[in-house]
Parts: sequence; structure tokens; C-alpha cells
Amino acid sequence: MTTTTQTQAAAPSPVLTFLKKPLLVALILIAALLLLGEALSPGFASGQQILRLLIVAALLGIVAAGQNLVILGGREGIDLSVGGVVSLSAIIGGNLMNGADAGILPAILGCIAAGAVIGLFNGLGVTLLRIPPLVMTLGMLGVLQGLLVVIRNGIPSGRAAPGLSQFVTQPFLLGLPGIIWLWVAIGLLLAFMLGRTVFGHRIYAIGSNEQAAFMAGVPVKRTRIALFMLSGAFAAVAGMCLIGYSGSSFANVGEQYMLPSIIAVVFGGTPLSGGKGGYTGTMAGAVLLVVLQSILTTVHIDESGRQMVFGATLLILMLFYGRGRAMRA
Amino acid sequence: MTTATLSTPKPGGLKRLIERYPFLPALLIALVLLGLNGLYQPRSVSFIGITGLVKTYLALIMLAIAQTYVVYAGDIDLSVGAIVSLVNVVIVVMMEKMGGTGFSVVAALGMGLLVGLACGIVNGIVVAALRLQAIVATFATSIFFTGLALYVMPVAGTPAPATFWRTYGGRFFEIPFVFYAAVLLAIVIYVLARTRLATQLLAVGDDAQAAFQSGLPVTKIRIQGYALCGLFAALAAFCITGDTASGDPLVGGKMTLFSVAAVVLGGSALSGGFGTVVGSIVGALIIGLINSLVFFVGTPSEWQNLVQGLAILVALMAGILVGRRARA
Repeated sequence: MTTTTQTQAAAPSPVLTFLKKPLLVALILIAALLLLGEALSPGFASGQQILRLLIVAALLGIVAAGQNLVILGGREGIDLSVGGVVSLSAIIGGNLMNGADAGILPAILGCIAAGAVIGLFNGLGVTLLRIPPLVMTLGMLGVLQGLLVVIRNGIPSGRAAPGLSQFVTQPFLLGLPGIIWLWVAIGLLLAFMLGRTVFGHRIYAIGSNEQAAFMAGVPVKRTRIALFMLSGAFAAVAGMCLIGYSGSSFANVGEQYMLPSIIAVVFGGTPLSGGKGGYTGTMAGAVLLVVLQSILTTVHIDESGRQMVFGATLLILMLFYGRGRAMRA
Repeated sequence: MTTATLSTPKPGGLKRLIERYPFLPALLIALVLLGLNGLYQPRSVSFIGITGLVKTYLALIMLAIAQTYVVYAGDIDLSVGAIVSLVNVVIVVMMEKMGGTGFSVVAALGMGLLVGLACGIVNGIVVAALRLQAIVATFATSIFFTGLALYVMPVAGTPAPATFWRTYGGRFFEIPFVFYAAVLLAIVIYVLARTRLATQLLAVGDDAQAAFQSGLPVTKIRIQGYALCGLFAALAAFCITGDTASGDPLVGGKMTLFSVAAVVLGGSALSGGFGTVVGSIVGALIIGLINSLVFFVGTPSEWQNLVQGLAILVALMAGILVGRRARA
């Protein structure tokens, strides 16, 4: 494909090259925050603690994987329905497993199928009907929230299978829980997909210039629909892992992932305008967000102070990333 | 960006009408919904029924108006709900501290407007002057505003003084107070629509670069849009306080996304440069009418949210499709 050369030839801007590397910025900030946390409350940066932070970050990071793909695809791509999919998947998964290991496989397949179907509807609305992604997924979120009420009234919330809980919380390989391995695998897979496969190159192509991509023969609509389906599927996987983490699902567990998944993507260096960036940065962005939140829970301040500091810190951190260009005559 | 801007206006009465009044499709949907409401519950279209609808949804109407001014400029404000919460707790606490007299109500409302304005200006500076992405930046400020609201009132429940909610829910010369408020609102938005700011916001939303090159102070205009948004969010908080008669630091959170939906239902383009405030008002009413219709047709309670969600999704899609066909 000729499109690859186009995306790689993005002209470097004369801004400090340091600030052009969001991954580096995120990693340095994570290290600084860990040191700060250790100084504030000794034991914050212990191995056990860091492992726990990584598990929480993996949950957010897996949701952010799908969000990242949709955003990369451009045309104001965004998926506000991910939170609803996470909640839905947690409850469907919980009921399909109902505390038995034999139910894990059907639960995984059922959840991913449900997430992908929701993503398919989003994708069809965005491409065939040309509804702006923000509107389409916002409407879908409303539908999913309603669906959750119906399901919740009909069936119990379900329980995680012991095997799944073990996979998420207990050491699996080399002392790390399975979910972290899963997250690393997703990271490697997406890095390969975005960098080496035709599909990956098509994502960047439609994200940076849809018209040109269409002229070059990229199946724009099909690619974009696939992105929304992947987003639904990743959110569903996160929902499954979430019920493994918490044991059982409770009302609207997924809501807390909607906007943070977008922030993780932004902190990872993928601008909301799409067409550039990648998932490796997003993984660091997810860890950064989780470490920040964790520090605030460690420090003894009121909920009000915690929220104020969190909001203000997010704003300050955003100054490091992809600010818009200044107007020039 | 696409061919829409290049197309010349085609002859055809209906198309030109919709181009002139982009909220017409929304108005049609609203009237159909009102008719259906009347069909299933005749009392809902009575004077008392309409009064109840306006009283309940005036807050969402205000918030939809607030959102419209930032959408004009191609921005978005995900913190409007948090501003509503903050203003709600500030005025309730202030009225209570000052004894709940008539003067305290006026002073608290003045303070509420200032708080809303300040929040709006903060959003404007963050998005327009610091050039952060509006979606994530206003989400961050919403967390900050929620923190402030929790600081002012850690738990919900402080009641508003009777003077305040009795006035909001009361009648003067046999006419409910909310109708006076609605008439006043109509005058205010009529005047605002004729100000330079409204035109400037639309110009910035249509093409910020072109607006800048023709000498418009783009940053200042966008900040003013957010400031106006903050003021109307404060008005929305007044309405919700009148309706619920108490303070709640999280009361507005759920309203943010509905305000965006109302703006889209009203025919405004989220990309900016095209829209009407009247449309957003109709959009907010559509949401209210859908909610009451779902109730009136006797939907089982656990299915109501799903049917509402589906109806709003369909209305959003229909509005966008009709609006585009008219403009194409």
C-alpha cells in the first residue's frame, strides 16, 4: 500500500522533541508518581502494590484498546458506549458462568459476541447512516443502560467462576496474574496489527485522510465498522475480567470506564483527531491514570479535595499532550 | 468538509423552509409526540399537564440552551451537569445560612450566576486559551467542579427555603410562575440571537481559521461562548432547585449527556457553525415527551428505560437524516 509512506512522512515539528514522545512523558510521570506515593506513604511502591495497580490498569487499558482503535480511525471517532458494554458484559458473563468453571468459555464467547454486535450497530449507524460517532454511541449508551435495567430485573447478577477470579487476581506465570499477560498480549497484538498488517495501515489511512484512502481503494466503511466491533469486543473482555476481579457485578460497574478510557488514549499520545498514535502509549496512559487515582486514595483527604486535585492534575497533565495549534494568519 | 458546503441552495419550498428554520423536523417530532401523549393520556395535554411538563423539564431546556452556545463554536461542554450541581449546592447553602428570607434568595441567586459564570470562564480558558481538547478538558473540569460541590455540601439533603420553591411552583394571577420564566427566557434568547456574539460563535464554528483571518478574536469569542454556557447552566440549577427543593452535590451529573442529545435533536451540528437555540429547546421537550409517553402507554416499569433509550436513539438518527437531506 502506498498509504504507509504517507503516514510515516509526518513532518516533525520544531517543538521540543521530548514533548513529542508521549510514551516517554507518561513513563517518567509514572515513575515520579510512584516515588511521590512511596514518600507519602511507605509501601506504596512495593511489588505487591504495583501488581495490584497493574491489574486495575489492565482493566482500564483493555477498554482503552478499543477506544484507541476507534479514535485512530478518525472522523471524530469516539465510543461513548464502552461503559455500557462493560456493564452488560459483566452481567451476561456472570450469569453464563454462575460460579462454575465450565461456564467460562461460553461466557467469554457470549460476551465478546454481544460486544461485537453492539459495535456492529454503532459502526453501521456511523458509516451507512453517517451519524456522528459521538451521537450514535451516546444514543447507544442510553439503550444499553435501559437494557441493563431489564436484564437486572429478570435474572440475578451472577457470580464469577473461581478459575476466572484466579486468572485475574492470582499469580499465573512468573508471578504475574493472567490478566497482565493478557494485557501484554493485547499490546503486542495491536502493535503488530497497527504496524505490520494491511488492516492496521488502513486504519491510519482512513484516520488521516478518508477521501484519499477511499481513492486508494481502502474499504473505508468496512474498516470503520470493524473498528467499532473491536471496540465493543474489547469492552466486553474488560467486563469479563472486571467480574473476575470483583467476584460479582453490581449496578453500572462500567460507567467509570467511559471517559477515563478516552483520557488514557489522549495521555498515550493519540490525539482525538485520529490518524496518528498507537496503543503502546495508551497502555502507559492507563497506568498513569490508575497510579494517580491510587495516590489520591492513599493520601488522607476528603472526597471533595480528592476530586479537586484529580481534576486539576488531569488538566495540568493534558498540557503536556497534543495541544491544538495556535491560530495563525 | 464534504460537499455540503459547496452545494447551492436548490429550489423547493420545503427545503428552503427547513434551511431557514432547521428546527422544523424536531418541532414536527415534538408535535407528534405531544399528540400521542394526548391520545394515551388526555389530561397530559391539559393546562395542568403542560405546566407539569414545563416545570419538570425547564432545567433540561436551560441546560440544552447552555450547551448550544458552545456547540455553535464547534466546542462541547461535558461539565454542564457538574456546574448545575455546584450552583445548586451553593445557592441552597447560602439561602439556608442567610435565614431563607426574600433577600437571601435574591443574594443567593446572584451568587449562583457568578459561580456559573466563573465555571464557564474556567472552561473557556482551558479549552480556548490553553488549547486543550474540549471533550477531555471539560471532563477534567467537571471532576474539579464536582469536588467543589462536595466541599460545599458533602451529603445531599439540605432543604431549600420554602420562599424559593413556593415561588417556583406557585402561581401569580392564576398563571404558573414557570410560564413567566418561559416568556422571560424567550425574550432573552431572542435578544441573544440578535447579538454580535451569536453570529461570531457561529462564524468560529463554521471555519475558525477563516474567522481568525478575517480579524475575529477567536479565543475571546470561544471563552465568551463558554461563559454564556456557564450562566445558563446556573439558570438550569435554579430550576432544578425549585423543582427538587433541596441541595444535592451530584444532582446534575446525569443531565450532561441529555443536554448534548437535546442539542443534536434540535438540528444543530456538533461540528459547529450551524444550529438554533429554539431547536435545542424543542430537543429537550422531545426527551421529556418521550419519557412521559413511555409512561402513559403503560410500559412495564423495568422496560421504560430501554424503550426511552431506543426512542431517543431513533429520534437522534431521524433528526440527523432529515436535517441532512434538507441541507443537501
